[in-house]
Amino acid sequence: MNVLVMGIGNLLLQDEGAGVRVVEEFGRRFLPIPGVHVLDGGTSGIELLSYLSGRDALILLDVVKGGLPAGAVSRYEGEEVPALFQQKISPHQLGISDLLATARLMGELPAKVVLLGIEPQSIGTGLELTREVARSVTTVAEQVAAELWQMGVPVLPRPA
Amino acid sequence: MSTRITIDPVTRIEGHLRVDCEISGGTVTDAWASGQMWRGIEVILKGRDPREAWLFTQRICGVCTTVHAIASVRAVENALNLEIPLNAQYIRNMLIAAHAIQDHIVHFYHLSALDWVDVTSALKGDPKKAAALGQGLSSWHLNSVQELAKAQEKLKVFVASGQLGIFANGYWGHPAMKLSPEVNLLACTHYLQALEVQRRANMIISILGSKTPHIQNLAVGGVANPINTDSPSTLSVERLLYVKSLIDEVGDFVNNVYLPDVCAIGAFYSDWTGYGAGIKNYLSVPEFPIDTKGTVFELPGGYLPNAALGQFKPITGFHDKYFAEGVNESIKHAWYQGDWDRHPWQEETEPHYTDFQDRGKYSWVKAPTFRGAPAQVGPLANVLALYAAGHAPTKKHAEKALSTVSSLAGSRVGLDALHSTIGRHAARAIRAAVLHETLEKQWTLLVQNIGKDTATFNRPEFPKGEIRGVGMHEAPRGVLSHWVVIEDGKIKNYQAVVPSTWNASPRNSKDQPGPYEASLRGTPVAQADKPLEVLRTVHSFDPCLACAIHLVDKEHPEAITVTAREVPE
Repeated sequence: MNVLVMGIGNLLLQDEGAGVRVVEEFGRRFLPIPGVHVLDGGTSGIELLSYLSGRDALILLDVVKGGLPAGAVSRYEGEEVPALFQQKISPHQLGISDLLATARLMGELPAKVVLLGIEPQSIGTGLELTREVARSVTTVAEQVAAELWQMGVPVLPRPA
Repeated sequence: MSTRITIDPVTRIEGHLRVDCEISGGTVTDAWASGQMWRGIEVILKGRDPREAWLFTQRICGVCTTVHAIASVRAVENALNLEIPLNAQYIRNMLIAAHAIQDHIVHFYHLSALDWVDVTSALKGDPKKAAALGQGLSSWHLNSVQELAKAQEKLKVFVASGQLGIFANGYWGHPAMKLSPEVNLLACTHYLQALEVQRRANMIISILGSKTPHIQNLAVGGVANPINTDSPSTLSVERLLYVKSLIDEVGDFVNNVYLPDVCAIGAFYSDWTGYGAGIKNYLSVPEFPIDTKGTVFELPGGYLPNAALGQFKPITGFHDKYFAEGVNESIKHAWYQGDWDRHPWQEETEPHYTDFQDRGKYSWVKAPTFRGAPAQVGPLANVLALYAAGHAPTKKHAEKALSTVSSLAGSRVGLDALHSTIGRHAARAIRAAVLHETLEKQWTLLVQNIGKDTATFNRPEFPKGEIRGVGMHEAPRGVLSHWVVIEDGKIKNYQAVVPSTWNASPRNSKDQPGPYEASLRGTPVAQADKPLEVLRTVHSFDPCLACAIHLVDKEHPEAITVTAREVPE
């Protein structure tokens, strides 16, 4: 399996950066895995295209506002993912929606696409996550490991 | 009666921009540009270590990561009067040039070509005729019948899937779309090829910057790239040779595809040389420093008031007071507390949202002025400055482009045509060709210099007391400046005056419109509810309102709205 695990979001806007924080947390908890690229995608768009090509699976980590309690984690798969990104017209116009559509146009969209979303509480200016969201970052890092195990990719914790 | 249209948000740009126009008799009579997000970077940086500022500023925007990193380290170095080793300048210069070329290509093909090129029409084009057309324009090896047929098939499958995605917001079949199916097919084929080429440019950045999308190799005082001509884990000869092959590939595309395409589209839409000029005070800064002090540059920059090439005043270096003292920002029409017109070092930003008030405050963007006047920034400003300064490669590419357009259009098109909507695209393509030559030259300088020394870093030392610096950078969208005040080694004030602040500026303290606003006046609009022409002009500036919220909102799926309503006289 060749997998891209990509956290996206803006670190300067509190909970908006949760996806990137999951990537950092994942790197702290687990050993590097052959065939798995763990990437801080920030708020980039089309530049990320080369990271997508040749992958069997893509695990995206982002905040998703869905009216759930702050910190709640939701999971989307397959067609749900581009549909979700497409219905939002976020200020980040060149974001993931265009990236996924372009990858599809080029025939490079990974066969399996999973999005793990965290419900944010606050997206004001600031570097710190809110408490509920910070707790979920750990949970989601564990969940990424579980997703990888399910794909047949062993994930080992870093020795304490 | 006139019609008021509101486009909110403008799509295929970075950031959230709203544009309002008043249309009377089929022409825009007045316009307002409004940035809809507040950037709070200065709030985050206060009290931090100036050596770390660039790590935060590169998070301002997903498109401009590299440019905000560069401007930030330069601002701190400027405050410290710190010299940079030559190797570090060359490596930074290569990053800057590779990023700008990638950005220009993506802007033309993926963010703005669809204002001029009709994808649905391309599906009907004859690949044979389109190939003949392409082969008449250049010797590009991928203008073959097979390549064009393959691209057409790819587009057909994509359009048939019903998930238009990137193509969803185009005004297909609009009366202002004029290209033949074959020209559309050729352009769409290059759209796909450009996706490949932009990866090659990105590869240069990831090799030199150690990582993308957020480069890791910068430092206040130089770069962190260890240079060892033999070791494969550092910047070795082998890696540098690979970089050279990437530079060649990218250059081939710029010279044989991008520039000829822009010339062809410019010739077919030559009426657009008559629209969209707006503010003709042009500001750019010198770029690609090739000495340690930032006084000698590969590309000149400066101020060109009222489009007068003869009155060009160069900005001579990173310490030139003409620039540092010339910039002011007004908040009369921006959502901040009060009404002042101040130098960036003196600013304080207290947000104060009112509502959209045509004659009052209506944008989060402040109104910058240079020497008291609004100024247009970007590749057009830069190319005109280079031309005025007698920069030979710029003259060569500009004259070649203008003669290609003239012969395709069947009439003489001169340098004046650049002051327009389509002219901004031409200038960007000309600049890309110039940047490719610059990139090659910086590569050669680096390779020659590492035979002599391998220094890449001078350690910064912060004095007690207050120091001030400005970091200037001629970024893909124009003049970027970061302004820092440091006290006892900590950041006391930080302001970023970004290119789109200049161009998307609201009215200033004298109520003069900003460049977007001025350029829209006089633009013809065939259908008020499908304002393609307005988008053409706004997109030609390559807007980037750098704020990059990334949240998926399931609760309130906003729609792109274009509203048109009648306004009584």
